[in-house]
Amino acid sequence: MRILLEKFTKSFGSLTVIDEMDLEIDDGEMVALLGPSGCGKSTTLFAICGIHRVSGGRILFGDRDVSSVPSQQRNVGVVFQSYALYPHLTVAQNIGFPLMIRKESNADIARKVDEIAELVHIGNLLERRPAQLSGGQQQRVALARALVRKPDVLLLDEPLANLDAKLRLEMRSEIRRIQRETGITAVLVTHDQVEAMSMCDRIAIMNEGRIVQIAEPMEMYDNPASDFVAGFLGNPPIAFVDGVVTNGRFATASGAMTVSLPFNAGERERKIRLGIRPEFFRPGGTQPVAGKITFVEAQGRETLYDVALEDGQILRSIQTATNAATVGEKVNWGIDVERILMFDEDGARL
Amino acid sequence: MTSNYRSWPMILALGVVTIPLVLMYVYLFVDTVTNTAPGSVVPHEFTGEHWRFLWETLPGRPSIYVATLNTFVFATATTLIVLAISSTAGYAISRLNVPFRAFFLAGVMVLHAFPTVTLIIAIFLILQFIGLYNTLIGVILVKAALELPFGIWIMKGFYDTVPWEIEMAGIQDGASRLTVWRKLVLPQVMPAVMALGIFSFLAGWSEFILPLVLAPDNKVQVLSVYLAALIADDNNFDMALFKSVGVFYVVPVIIMFLFFQGKLMSIYGGGTKG
Repeated sequence: MRILLEKFTKSFGSLTVIDEMDLEIDDGEMVALLGPSGCGKSTTLFAICGIHRVSGGRILFGDRDVSSVPSQQRNVGVVFQSYALYPHLTVAQNIGFPLMIRKESNADIARKVDEIAELVHIGNLLERRPAQLSGGQQQRVALARALVRKPDVLLLDEPLANLDAKLRLEMRSEIRRIQRETGITAVLVTHDQVEAMSMCDRIAIMNEGRIVQIAEPMEMYDNPASDFVAGFLGNPPIAFVDGVVTNGRFATASGAMTVSLPFNAGERERKIRLGIRPEFFRPGGTQPVAGKITFVEAQGRETLYDVALEDGQILRSIQTATNAATVGEKVNWGIDVERILMFDEDGARL
Repeated sequence: MTSNYRSWPMILALGVVTIPLVLMYVYLFVDTVTNTAPGSVVPHEFTGEHWRFLWETLPGRPSIYVATLNTFVFATATTLIVLAISSTAGYAISRLNVPFRAFFLAGVMVLHAFPTVTLIIAIFLILQFIGLYNTLIGVILVKAALELPFGIWIMKGFYDTVPWEIEMAGIQDGASRLTVWRKLVLPQVMPAVMALGIFSFLAGWSEFILPLVLAPDNKVQVLSVYLAALIADDNNFDMALFKSVGVFYVVPVIIMFLFFQGKLMSIYGGGTKG
């Protein structure tokens, strides 16, 4: 089912959290709402499922305007961050609860619960209570409960935040598999860019109540609309260097770094900000820059270096773990200049 | 278990301090089935006559079984009213966006601390005026009303510990607010409901001043009033009979406590886990 937010506005008292937001999510698509805490992503989610009333604009499921439809009649499945399982009910009763509310027959409920439990791989846990399950199992139960009544939309609010690192990896692909198999339209709220990039068809990145950019993950990674987006996507994060450009030649204020750019802003000096991803600053890069290694982080397959320029600005470099450079060493690595991202003073992409 | 101090001095000290209490309990029971000569402390004969109230109605008194039934009805009805209202009002104050919420909370707190006796004359006049004086219904309503602040406050505290997401999940699953409360939230606070029920029942069972003033008649007399009337009667002063009725009065409480002590403790433990 297609979801459409038209000039969606939400305010709490006099504080407007989200102002005239537009968002369209196609049928069967999984979209991530990504952003820092307090950017309005959870507010948006709660408005879609009806917990928050909208202050302005419309929300449509398909062609149906649900802006003022109560939660109970929206047919939205929600997985909460804390899973919100009902502690006094067994797993089977938890999953069957939405069906029981619809007064379906016991036989139907049992059959559907079995089906969905099979899909999320918890068929052997049906008689347990939530307290007897691990975090990953609770997550699966929460998913099953959200999916069992075939909702039009599945909403996931930070579903992986409470899991340990290994389970997070596993559930990431599991949630994506289940979403693909059911073909359900899904919205994922997260502050973790890795989750957003690995699980979703498209990412809507939000800041201060606005959608800054919406695009497919790799498209957004390669072509961020602003320095905010560039800084949010990518791990280890992108490094920014501030300076001025004249005649296609970039220099920092102190002259610690100069590179020629494939960008000509004319004779006039112009302040710009370069974004250099760690993978594009390495030995053998096209334009050499001198600096001193201030930090080395071995990550196993790769090693991450922080390189300080003379004026203290930091570049990051990530390399296959063969180069044995150490802290304090002076290096002269190069930047792949054609992969540099350029932003103007206000952070907009040039 | 090992301890880093010797325990016998402590046990001895506690024993000495407790002896008067223990003796009182022992004699309370012993005196109900024996006779003791005046001036002696050792009983000289067994007798069942002090328990005669069980098979004959004492002159001028209601039957003990009428009084027991009255007490039971009084305590049970009070408990049911307190449970019904506390479990809903506590939820409303904890979760719903009711007007004057802060005012209600403060009001409930003040009422909880309010001494009952100061109200008793006003209540007496009101009951007299509306025709509920000397009826069980009247005194049940009054007792329930006075117990409510405590019940509402306790229930509110327990509802506060139920995660908000559970209710939101219930709403998303299509349940109405009332269904969510009944099927999802109430089971989480069941220990509190049990404990509050037992507390209210015991409070009703032992209530004395309200029935004494508001329902003293033989037909509606409860055990505490029955008991008090025994010693108030200077002409037929019988200490052993008084003690026997006292034991009869307290036995149900002890039985109940033995059954439910675990549940009673949870009211101060707070909340349920999974």
